[in-house]
Amino acid sequence: MFAKLIELFLTFAKVGVMTFGGGYAMLPILQREVVENKGWASEEELTDYFAIGQCTPGVIAVNTATFIGRKSFGVVGGVVATLGVVFPSLVILSLLAGVITQFSELAWVKNAFAGIRVCVCVLIFNAVWKLGKKAVIDKWTWAIFLLVAAGAVFTKLSPVVFVLFAGVCGVVLRALPGAGGGKDGAAK
Amino acid sequence: MIYLRLFWEFFKTGLFAVGGGMATLPFLYDISDRTGWFTHAQLADMVAVSESTPGPIGVNMATYVGFLTGGVGGAAVATLGVIAPSIIVILIISAFLQKFRDNRYVNGAFYGLRPASTAMILAAGLLVVRAAFLPDGTLASLDWRLPVLAAALLALTNFVKETKKLHPIVFILGSAVVGVALRLAG
Repeated sequence: MFAKLIELFLTFAKVGVMTFGGGYAMLPILQREVVENKGWASEEELTDYFAIGQCTPGVIAVNTATFIGRKSFGVVGGVVATLGVVFPSLVILSLLAGVITQFSELAWVKNAFAGIRVCVCVLIFNAVWKLGKKAVIDKWTWAIFLLVAAGAVFTKLSPVVFVLFAGVCGVVLRALPGAGGGKDGAAK
Repeated sequence: MIYLRLFWEFFKTGLFAVGGGMATLPFLYDISDRTGWFTHAQLADMVAVSESTPGPIGVNMATYVGFLTGGVGGAAVATLGVIAPSIIVILIISAFLQKFRDNRYVNGAFYGLRPASTAMILAAGLLVVRAAFLPDGTLASLDWRLPVLAAALLALTNFVKETKKLHPIVFILGSAVVGVALRLAG
């Protein structure tokens, strides 16, 4: 059992190292490692875990790791797989953060980050666009989108408030007859 | 008690950020405003580093912020904080997987949560735009070369067939080279 848990940890550490960008980038790597190499989950199970991981709180990669670990090796497996997938981040980012902080006053580093920040804007915009196509699908979701966008830009309210507000709105709208885009209104 | 606060702040982030990596961004801005642990400009840099290094973005951001705030211990605590809600929630859900997927209240909640999450990331993105384009917060400080670079990147990531499938790290590194070559920091 202990050897199995070590194997689980190492496999997910490998997945963590090979994932750049998280989320969707992780799916093909999980398919190879977990489904084809180890047989810990089927293709269908992986797709299910991923879908739920996307719509439950937290980082998608972590959610998926917890699912697979728990399914194969129980609750301990869920914890071990999750620690495995975050372990490389912990090491790499701790090293890098120290280095970047030390060099952040150098002129060329400042210039590099001036360019990088522009790129980050574009990447965030692209992420919003991609999410929006699946999330903002009818007049009600437009209303929630605009209301929360205005609230987030013009008030100092905590994001937690918006999350709770939107969740309640969703439940109420879906409960209204004929509103909320019908049964299949949610994008998959 | 910095560790306890770090854990708590990132626990909340992990619990309420729905929709993956970028969804943590609005929470990080909120933390920045309330604690002053890091600036908005630093946060924009963290996004770039998190996108360019292995691992899930949300976890990378937590580790980075944790390290800046409390060293290696801080990095570990922030990371554990952001993953703890995931572990708890997923362990509960996996016990009754199918019921969860078909539950109409769960479906309804996510019908509302998805557009809200999109809106919050957009709002956080506007803060990154300000940090990127208006270094001292006024329109006078806008360097005309920055919008040109942004337009080029938008085209390359969305419309040019040869480049739009490339990994974000390619564009981040390319922008760094452009920044150094043109001395974009002024």
